[in-house]
Amino acid sequence: MPAPEIVQALATRFSATPTSLGVELPAASMLDAFRALRDVYGYRYYVQGTGLERETTYEVVHAVRSLDVNDTLFVTVAVPKQAPEVDSIAFIYAGAEWQEREIWDLFGVSFKGHPDPRRILMPDEYPGHPLRKSFAMDTPWGYRPATAVVPEPGS
Amino acid sequence: MSGGPIEIVEREFGDLALNMGPQHPSTHGVLRLVLHLSGETVIKAVPVIGYLHRGVEKLSEHLAYDQLAPVYERDDYLAPTANSNAYVLAVERLGAIAVPKRAQWLRAFVSEWQRVSSHLVWLGTLGLDLGGALGGGTTLYMYCFREREKILDFLEELTGTRYHTNFNLVGGVRYDLEPAMAAKSEALAAGIEAALPELWSMSGGNPIFQERTRGVGVISKDLALGVGITGPTLRGSGIAYDVRRSAPYDAYGELEFAVVTRTAGDAEARFQVRMDEIAVSLKLVTQIAAGLPPGPVFTRKPLKNPKTTKLPKGEVYAAVESPRGELGFHIVSDGTAKPYRLKINAPSFKNLQVVQHVLPGGLVADVVAILGSLDPVLGDVDR
Repeated sequence: MPAPEIVQALATRFSATPTSLGVELPAASMLDAFRALRDVYGYRYYVQGTGLERETTYEVVHAVRSLDVNDTLFVTVAVPKQAPEVDSIAFIYAGAEWQEREIWDLFGVSFKGHPDPRRILMPDEYPGHPLRKSFAMDTPWGYRPATAVVPEPGS
Repeated sequence: MSGGPIEIVEREFGDLALNMGPQHPSTHGVLRLVLHLSGETVIKAVPVIGYLHRGVEKLSEHLAYDQLAPVYERDDYLAPTANSNAYVLAVERLGAIAVPKRAQWLRAFVSEWQRVSSHLVWLGTLGLDLGGALGGGTTLYMYCFREREKILDFLEELTGTRYHTNFNLVGGVRYDLEPAMAAKSEALAAGIEAALPELWSMSGGNPIFQERTRGVGVISKDLALGVGITGPTLRGSGIAYDVRRSAPYDAYGELEFAVVTRTAGDAEARFQVRMDEIAVSLKLVTQIAAGLPPGPVFTRKPLKNPKTTKLPKGEVYAAVESPRGELGFHIVSDGTAKPYRLKINAPSFKNLQVVQHVLPGGLVADVVAILGSLDPVLGDVDR
């Protein structure tokens, strides 16, 4: 359960709305909010980052924790499906770097200002983003590594 | 060749990119590290992961809640029960499913045994990594695996399986601990505790081992927090965060145990934390077996059809302290029989991320020592 006074402070300062595990932030104020969370409110520990697909939006969810008051806050930022791009917080929390690469890889949400915007789990040339709901389970693998074909001996 | 003077060409290597892995014996799995070197000093390290990516999170969206627990036991394959424990905790929290007290204690019991077995694998493979320094390293490896083998035999007797115990169910556990097995557990714990000084003398007590780990791969407090490293690696940097203590689950709220920390933040500190944790876990299993509350281990009403049993709409996060650190499951449910989205917060993924910050400035020979001290499991990293 997120600490109510933090949720209240984020609501007044950054127009956040409460969710079941934390808050939802508007994309415009997210960088300031994360800086404040780290430097002012003591949420210095990065827990995890994940993506989620909704009807018309993708959601990027970062979880940060304050070890002083032992409280974990899940911060959601909605990203429109037409232009799936959102600010990177890898400069604020170093741990977000790989988690954002994973979200890009699996959901196709790109991150503005990311230091190393490459795929992380799937091959670099892979087409598609597997965790999107439109990606069917029986999608053919279809990927071949770009190496020379060595003919079988004797052929 | 003509008879002219021989010209000697000295090649200038600016920096050399050395490919370590993905099939390198010291990388504890299929991890590839691209090391940019200047002489013998690492100036940049780029980890490449994903070789073991199996799409577990996608698979989760297509299986029913009750079918999923065994799937996650394959993720962190050195401590399978921790994975399913975190998962069933999340599902129970989501569906408000009651768990009998005895089952909660038994979950902690098996988790602690697997923590010991996992740490023994880590210690043995660290010995192999530092090989030459420790008389080949295989001695330590064999001694660790000898002790671990006894734990696996014990778990086989308890659950029928040496490894992927499939112990945790949504709503309880599958097997009970008979008094005879509890006595065996106590004897086994005493035996392994007696073997610990010997293992220590081959590793931490060895001057060459100290030389190779002390001051190597220092992770500062700020870096530890920002990257979000977890588990013994975090506690080696002086931060006393342990999920068992800070967000108690299973029986840990009622058990007495110490949270081991060190402040140095180097490979030796992480080694010491894990060594001490083995002793703590051995005390815990004895404590649990002695104080096990009576009662059933599974009380949930049998499901008519697990594939169509729905869970309420909502969002939940549950975490356990696996041998590698905080292992969390973040489940978003849309009210159907399958998760809408399931994210595994894998401790190895977060711990491995720190190598790109820690390796530069060190020597190539230190790379394996640092990697070994982080104890990553690649099945957990790639999911």
